[in-house]
Formats: sequence, C-alpha cells, structure tokens
Amino acid sequence: MKDSARGLALVSPTALYALAMLVAPMAAIVLFSFWTQDYLTLDTTLTFDNYREAVTDPIYGQLMVRSLYISGIVTAVTVVLAFPIAYYISFHVAPERKALWIFLVTIPFWTSYLIRVFLWKVILGFNGVLNTSLLGLGIIDAPLTFILYNLNAVVITLAHAFAPFAILPIFVVLERIDRSLLEAAQDLGETALTTFWRVTLPLAMPGVIAAVLIVFIPTVGDYITPRLVGGPGGLMIANMIQTQFLRLNNAPMGATLAVLAMVCVTVIALVFLWLNRRFLRGRN
Amino acid sequence: MSALIALSGAQKYFGAYHALRDIDLEIGEGEFFSLLGPSGCGKTTLLRAIAGFEALDGGSVHIDGHDMAGVPANRRPTNMVFQSYAIFPHLSVAENVAFGLRKRGLDAKTQAEKVGGALEMVGLGGYGARAAHALSGGQRQRVALARALVLEPKVLLLDEPLSALDRKMREQMQGELRRLQRHVGITFILVTHDQEEALIMSDRIAVMFDGGITQIDSPEGLYRRPASREVGAFIGQMNFLSGQVRSGSEGFVAQIHGLGHAPLAADQSAEPLVAGQATFGMRPESLSLVFDGQARAASEAAGRVADRAYYGDMTYYEVALDGVAEPVTLSMKNMVGQPVLSVGDAARVAWDPRALIVFSGAGDA
Repeated sequence: MKDSARGLALVSPTALYALAMLVAPMAAIVLFSFWTQDYLTLDTTLTFDNYREAVTDPIYGQLMVRSLYISGIVTAVTVVLAFPIAYYISFHVAPERKALWIFLVTIPFWTSYLIRVFLWKVILGFNGVLNTSLLGLGIIDAPLTFILYNLNAVVITLAHAFAPFAILPIFVVLERIDRSLLEAAQDLGETALTTFWRVTLPLAMPGVIAAVLIVFIPTVGDYITPRLVGGPGGLMIANMIQTQFLRLNNAPMGATLAVLAMVCVTVIALVFLWLNRRFLRGRN
Repeated sequence: MSALIALSGAQKYFGAYHALRDIDLEIGEGEFFSLLGPSGCGKTTLLRAIAGFEALDGGSVHIDGHDMAGVPANRRPTNMVFQSYAIFPHLSVAENVAFGLRKRGLDAKTQAEKVGGALEMVGLGGYGARAAHALSGGQRQRVALARALVLEPKVLLLDEPLSALDRKMREQMQGELRRLQRHVGITFILVTHDQEEALIMSDRIAVMFDGGITQIDSPEGLYRRPASREVGAFIGQMNFLSGQVRSGSEGFVAQIHGLGHAPLAADQSAEPLVAGQATFGMRPESLSLVFDGQARAASEAAGRVADRAYYGDMTYYEVALDGVAEPVTLSMKNMVGQPVLSVGDAARVAWDPRALIVFSGAGDA
C-alpha cells in the first residue's frame, strides 16, 4: 500500500536512530550482564554468576532498596507539594494569567541540573546560606548537620529538581475537569471539601499517577545528586553502577546491576499503569 | 407567604454589567415555571441565584418561607439539571444517581431501591451498572433527572436541559418532562431560549430581556396579550402595523394603515388606551385570505402576494397591502378546494379586529 510505504519512509529515520542509540546499547548491556570480567580479561561465556552475586551480596541489595526508598520519598514529597500548586494555578489563577504561571513554574529549568545541585550544596552546607541565616536570627545555636551529605539532602534536592515535572501533568488533568461537575456535587449536598474528595481527586488521579511515574523513574537512576550531596549514606544504585564500570573495571557487573534496576523500575511502573487503567475506567 | 419561591428586588452585577435588574417573582408549589428569553438576558443567572451558585448583590430569595441569604447550594432544598448534564464520568449510572443519597444515612437495600425506582421513573430501569460514558445524550439527561429527583427536592431547576438534543429527541423529552412533573408534583423551573418549548411545557412563563422580567403570564396570556412589542415579537410571529388610536363617541377606534378602522376594547392594550399614534400587533393566523366567490368580510383590505412559503399543512403568505411598504405575514390552512395563491396575485385580506393588540407609540413598523 502506498500509504503504508510513505508512513514507513517517514518513520524510518527516527526508527533507525532509536535502534542505533537505544536498542543497540540496551542489547549490549543485557549481553554484558551475562559475561564476566577479571581485571582486563573479558570472559564471554554466558553465565548467571553476576546475577547470583548481585542477589547474594548484601551491598547491592541494600543500595537497590535504598534507591527505591529515596525515590519513593522524593516522589511522595514532590507530588504532594506539586498538587496544591497545580490546583491553585488551575482553579484560582485568572485564565489569562495561567500561561504566565506555567512559564514561571519552568524557571528552574533555565539553569543546568548540575548547577542547581551545586547551589543546594551552597544552601544546605555547614556554613551555607540556611545555617548562617538561622544562626544569625538566633533560631539555632549550632549549624544543622542533618541537611547535607545524607539522605535528606538527596530528597530535598531531587524534590526541587522534579517539581515542574509533577506540576504540569496534574495541572493538565485538573484543567480538563468540567467545572459543572463540581457544582453538581455541591448541588447534591457536598461541601467544598467533600466535593474535592469525591469528585476532584478521583478525576485528577490519572494526572497524579503520571506525575508519580515521571518523577519516580528517573530519580531511581539519578547519580549526580547522591554523588554531590548524598555523602556516604546517601549513595544510590546508579553510583554503584558507575563505580563498577569506571573504577572497578567490572563492566559486566555494572551491566547486571543496570538490568536489575531496570527490572525493578519496570515492575513498579507497571503496577502504577495498572492503577491508572482502573482510574481511567469509564472515561474516553 | 404562600409562594414556594419568592424573589424580591433581586439584583446581580458582574463587574459593571447589570445581570439581574430588580427581579420580583413568586412561583407556587407544583408549578411548571419557565424563564424565557434570548441568550444573555439573565435567565441562567436567575436560576443559579435560586440554586445558590450566585450570591445576589441586592434583594432576597425565599424558598418555602426561609431566607436563602448565605445558604450555600448544598444546603438548599433545590436540585439542578445542568445544561451539560454534569454526569460524573468516574462513576456508574447507579453511583451517579446515588451520589446525593450518601448523607441520608440509608441502608444499602433502601438506597438501591430508591436508585432503582428513580431510574425506572426516567425510563432507564436496568441501566444502573452501565458506565456513564457509554450513554447517549438523551440517556445522560435522564440520569441527571434521576439523580436530582431521587433526592425529592422542593424545586427542580433545569438549565436549558433539551438544547443539546436533536429535534426528535427534544420533542419526546418535552412531553416526558411534562408528564414527569405532573407525576412527582415538584415545582420545576425551566430555563430556555426556545419559546415553543416554553409554551408547550409551562404553566406560567416569565419573559426576560436585558436582566429584567418584562411579563409573567400563562402561555395563552403571553401569546394573546403580550405586554410589549418585544414580547410579541419574541413569542411566535407578530405583524406590527402603524396607525392611530382615535377616541369616538362609542369608545376608542383603531385606524390602521392599509387595513382600515375597527373599534377597540379596553383589554386590547396592556396600558390604558389614549388617543394618538400607535403600533398595532396582529398574529399571522388572525389575518386570512378571502378567495374569489367568497362573501366580503366585515374587515377586509386589498393587497398583492409578495412572497409565500408552502409548508404542506399551512401556507405562509407575505402580502403587501395597498399603500403600505412593509408586507404583513398571514397563515392559511391549506383546505381542499381552496387555491394556493402565487407571488404577484391580487389578494383580499380579512382581519379580525378582536385580535388586535395596541402598543403605544408609533414605533418604526
């Protein structure tokens, strides 16, 4: 068919690019994960040795669990803080100013991610902006140390970095809610608060779940933030993958950890997609 | 106060825009009442003020003797059928209908019975488990009705409920709504811009223009005795003819350009008759053609057919009366044995002086 030939022609440059840049490296990673390496010699015999080690050595399991835990907290904090902002923009900002507000929400993206992480170091540090301000105001006697080089710092930094990603999908879904549904709920006896629980929130859930996925998936694999502000207690699985590849010269082990991390994220993402299908039930 | 709903001196502004001008209105129990007017006349604002979605800037709303000032929509004894129907897309049909029952503290069995009964009443028995999105426009409308009526409100408010339906469905729903209202005996207040719909369904109609109520009357009263030219032109068709009112020895006499003269009764004018320039209103069915061989009518004028529209059962003629520039519209039933005149034919026009309505002032007709 002529149409399908044209469609194929249109999509093929992109498809080839995706094949070369996404599928091929992924395939290489999966293949590597079944090989082994001893110092410089690469043993290309296919084996489950790496997977066995990854599952039995507690350090890997701990890092994986910690990564998921940090991402979970970051996701929860980000989405819970993003919802009121999205709600405010959608329901209380005059229609002609909404575009301006959304524009303002994206301002953090004007600075590179790396620089923003560095800035959090400046803010949260022992002699940082936050501590010196609080000391100067006499609110604290000694600098706070629980806010940098640990898990808290990673959560704060990542939650800030991903806030716009959570605000936008929630905003979009709130915008689509027919306002007469909210009036109907009040007409049928609900207060503003119960209307929120019975109508607004259920209708906003697809956006909330999209926000959860958009924040959760990239944060599990983040290694810049844990490396810069995490300290020893805030390191995540991506840092270990990087170490395996670049420091320990054990690419097969790094590949194995990467594959396992992908599997974990995929499983969790599928659970949320299933939830989303339940919330989308009855909508076209 | 005997009226179920009483508004007095109701005022509403949107910024500088005066949306409701000094509305006084009383609606009785069990009445089917319509608010009729062109778009932007304030009828929906008035309905929303009764529902509690718009706070008044002046005046009061009483429902069943209680002042509704400061009473939010969720605590008013009114329920609304929205123009968009506002069916909750995340709930099934039965869950939609049961939405407002949650606070009644009913046990599951009673609630299911009530929901089933309400769906039965609107002709959707057995649809409870359906997803809301799988419904057609007419079915959504019925769900919205069931959802409101299951709460047994004192007043049901309907905001242009039929405007989104196709013609056939609309005509069917007009009859059903009327029957439903008689069956449940609840006061219905309908907002519509469709004068035919208002005439068919209502016990009484309030005609609104520009934020104010111009006339409140029964459908017959509005049609027969419009209080102003605006109302006359908005409800059905009306010819406007210029002329004079003269006072003679036996009362007032109408002298109409192109038609001639006829005596006037006092009830043919909304205001007391005075001599002077006037505009006369006349419905198309009060003018008729006199065919060749028929006796001369008591009031008859001559003219020529300027245009005609043939509807099968009826023919509408535009007749240019001798000496008058603007043609008049008249309607004739197409009886067997009577000719249908063509454009350019000479026409004899009989008219019924009792059907004249006098509007003071010459106007521009």
